[in-house]
Amino acid sequence: MGKTLNQKAWFFVLPVFILVAFNAAIPLMTVVNYSFQETFGDNVFFWEGTKWFKQILRSERFHAALGRQFLFTSIILIIQIPLGIAIALSMPKKGPGVSICLVLMSMPLLIPWNVVGAMWNIFALPEIGFLGKAINTLGIKYNFTQQPFAAWFTTILMDVWHWTSLVVLLSYAGLCAIPDAYYQAAKIDGASRWAVLRHIELPKMKKVLTIAILLRFMDSFMIYTEPFVLTGGGPGNATAFLSIDLVKIALGQFDLGPAAAMSLIYFFIVLLICWVFYNLMMKNEGQK
Amino acid sequence: MSKISLKNLSHSYLAKQNKDLDWALRDINLEWSDGGAYALLGPSGCGKTTLLNIISGLLKPTKGEVYFDDKKITHLSPVERNIAQVFQFPVIYDTMTVFDNLAFPLRNRGFSRDRIGARVKEIAEMLDLSETLYNRASGLTADGKQKISLGRGLVRSDVNVIMFDEPLTVIDPHLKWILRSKLKELHQEINRTMIYVTHDQTEALTFADQVVVMHEGKIVQKGTPVELFEKPKHTFVGHFIGSPGMNILSCDLKNDEVIFSKTKIETEKKIKVKKNYLKTQIGVRPEFVNFSDSGIPAKVLKVSNAGRHQIVDVECSGGKLKMISSAATNIPSENVYLKFNSKYTHVYGDDWIIEE
Repeated sequence: MGKTLNQKAWFFVLPVFILVAFNAAIPLMTVVNYSFQETFGDNVFFWEGTKWFKQILRSERFHAALGRQFLFTSIILIIQIPLGIAIALSMPKKGPGVSICLVLMSMPLLIPWNVVGAMWNIFALPEIGFLGKAINTLGIKYNFTQQPFAAWFTTILMDVWHWTSLVVLLSYAGLCAIPDAYYQAAKIDGASRWAVLRHIELPKMKKVLTIAILLRFMDSFMIYTEPFVLTGGGPGNATAFLSIDLVKIALGQFDLGPAAAMSLIYFFIVLLICWVFYNLMMKNEGQK
Repeated sequence: MSKISLKNLSHSYLAKQNKDLDWALRDINLEWSDGGAYALLGPSGCGKTTLLNIISGLLKPTKGEVYFDDKKITHLSPVERNIAQVFQFPVIYDTMTVFDNLAFPLRNRGFSRDRIGARVKEIAEMLDLSETLYNRASGLTADGKQKISLGRGLVRSDVNVIMFDEPLTVIDPHLKWILRSKLKELHQEINRTMIYVTHDQTEALTFADQVVVMHEGKIVQKGTPVELFEKPKHTFVGHFIGSPGMNILSCDLKNDEVIFSKTKIETEKKIKVKKNYLKTQIGVRPEFVNFSDSGIPAKVLKVSNAGRHQIVDVECSGGKLKMISSAATNIPSENVYLKFNSKYTHVYGDDWIIEE
């Protein structure tokens, strides 16, 4: 019996095609399109080849932004990962304290990015903000709108406040999954608190920590809204991280070609580092 | 090295105890002398792990005291008690090698390098871990990991007691035999008190000199494997030990005579009834029921061949029972009469044995 030809099934996958096309494929290809051409509007394009890529890769402004971005992300990871683990370790394992802690920890994660930026902007203003006023009262000159160091300090503090909870929640989930027998065995073996952390808790949390590090790396490497609202990249270019600089080039100067090339380079850096991180951390998993 | 005594021990995981079953352990009194091999036997949930954790110090009992020799140690930590415990599921330190795993309890107690090295090699030799001694522990199979756990329990030579909490659950059947005999061997070699918790009667009976049977948080009998088999003090012990378990059937007691299935049953010693029981039962193991020319009339329901012996299901007016007879026995089909071996026939009142 011959099969009847029926192409109706295509209609069922059509919505997915349209969705993916409009939210991923078409925008990305548009960026690729811009990155190889020059345009002056009116849909008139001139082929430029790899000119924009070369220009971006040689530009000192890009190098500086990239350097600031790496510095920022490194500081964020160095502070947030150990701090998150430490908080998770000190949280109660049972009783009414658990839900209180979990709710408190989730709060910062529920606040929209731009609101966090605005909150910290006001909080840290030297004249009227509680934090700014307090630091100045202590006799330390502090003005994040003028001093690069103060701007960095405030941005990092804000990010730690906003995102450490994510690491805490992930670590806490990892800790709760460790069977009691491990702690009991450690007690009987006479293990110190440090040995329990080093030989039981950290190895057992490895997978959630990998996820925590990857998420915090990506988020902090692509950070835009909070520093944009807080410092706008200033003073000068002191806190102009990659995405802030990118938006300046694309929308401030309307250099669409270089901005597109920079976007793609940015994207590949994130992808590459995530891949390296993941492989390093999962290196020994295959042996199991 | 010490004698372990438990005095009036009770434990509950609940804050308030309203009924008997709210207690995980009830009025445990027990004495274990130094250097023995003991087993705690009972079904899941009977409180044996709770009891073990109280002895090791991982749990504080709700009531009662624990003594090592004559020293009260109820409030000491596991480290201060100087005991070793092996858990049901293998606990290994993933990041360490097998050697480091075995050395861990010694390092934590500040032993010298040479002593640790020598001792670890000795233990690894006993447990056949020498070949993988410098591999990462996380790469081993489940039974390899459990051997490491056992090794960590055995590595300290000065412990008061070594406790095993169903340590062979995750091990393959053929390896179980090997490890079990290994443990028995080790016990003779190092002469430490060992307590072995299990729900498997074969494990308990082969490992221990003395078995403690627990049921619903209480100790129902303590004795040698032979005693448990020949003279169960509680119907639960009769059921639980033996395969198939003891036949336990209702009977009547009249004027100190046992009437079962309208027949007077002989017991080794005369029964004296001192009080009124809610229920009275007769207990006899399938091994001690025989066919005879006279006795209790019965009919054969089913014969199952189990290799060297056969299990026969029979029914008489008092109820159904099982008997074991050798494979060579001809099973009669008509005029069947049963006789119980009087030496091993016991009478139970409200589940506890009635003695003269």
